[in-house]
Amino acid sequence: MNVIEHWRSLVGERSQSVVNLVERGAVRKFAEAIGDPSPLYANEETAKRSRYGGLIAPPTFPRTFEYGRIQDMYWPEAGMIHGEHRVSYEHGPLKVGDEVHCYTEFKSYDEKESRGGLLGFIALERFGEASGGERLFTMSDNVIVTPALRRMLGA
Amino acid sequence: MSQETSNRPAWQVDDELVEQALPPITRLQLIKYAGASGDFNPIHTIDAAAEEAGLPGIIAHGMLTLATMGLLFSPYLEDGYVKELKARFSGMVFLGDEMSIGGRVLDVVDRDEGNLYTFEVSARRGEDVVASGTVGFVMFVR
Repeated sequence: MNVIEHWRSLVGERSQSVVNLVERGAVRKFAEAIGDPSPLYANEETAKRSRYGGLIAPPTFPRTFEYGRIQDMYWPEAGMIHGEHRVSYEHGPLKVGDEVHCYTEFKSYDEKESRGGLLGFIALERFGEASGGERLFTMSDNVIVTPALRRMLGA
Repeated sequence: MSQETSNRPAWQVDDELVEQALPPITRLQLIKYAGASGDFNPIHTIDAAAEEAGLPGIIAHGMLTLATMGLLFSPYLEDGYVKELKARFSGMVFLGDEMSIGGRVLDVVDRDEGNLYTFEVSARRGEDVVASGTVGFVMFVR
């Protein structure tokens, strides 16, 4: 089975859920790395007085969580192109101290002819839920398999 | 009694957020972001890896550029939150690049949790758009 056939066979597969904790230090370092000075990410006193009652995490913070592995999924070390990203929240931002159960699903594999050759599109979805199963956020990523990468993978 | 000052804006469709100029991209920032995000793809931090991948030099993580578009809304987090952020990557960002971020109100709808404003957002290096998309920001009803 070549890698493209492998990816087609993974459509609908998901990983086992992994429990993540929204940690104060991780949030602070992430906010600093992205250059966001909002006190709601780093200053506990200010955050306690806010409507959230405590520190919150930036919107793209869910990228830092562990989502588990889709069994046997092959993922090249390099060469995939990140096309599109989307994150959406059900009720509000993640709060420091939240326990989030995260897993990923291989949503789809599609192909399209382009001037440069055949392009492959992988859609991955990642989910974060509260302990009771309530959805907190959904993240989607579209990754592009270029003709060059395809050749390198022997597909 | 002290009162929290609120930056609560009165956005209308077509209003533009003030474009923000960001400090130039540094190697140290990419190293910090790699550590903070867990994305250790070496094309973002190791010159030799970037060159082997056919790049002129290390490039910023696309997700870092996306994260910086969220900065547009950070002043308003006391009054609302980023409900959705969606964007596509259209260009590469290199060391020394001076990026700017901006947005414009496309739409507003009433929801139970508040007013949902949809913004068109982009990150640019001069005239070149390197990432663009939309942000949904919910302004809580007092």
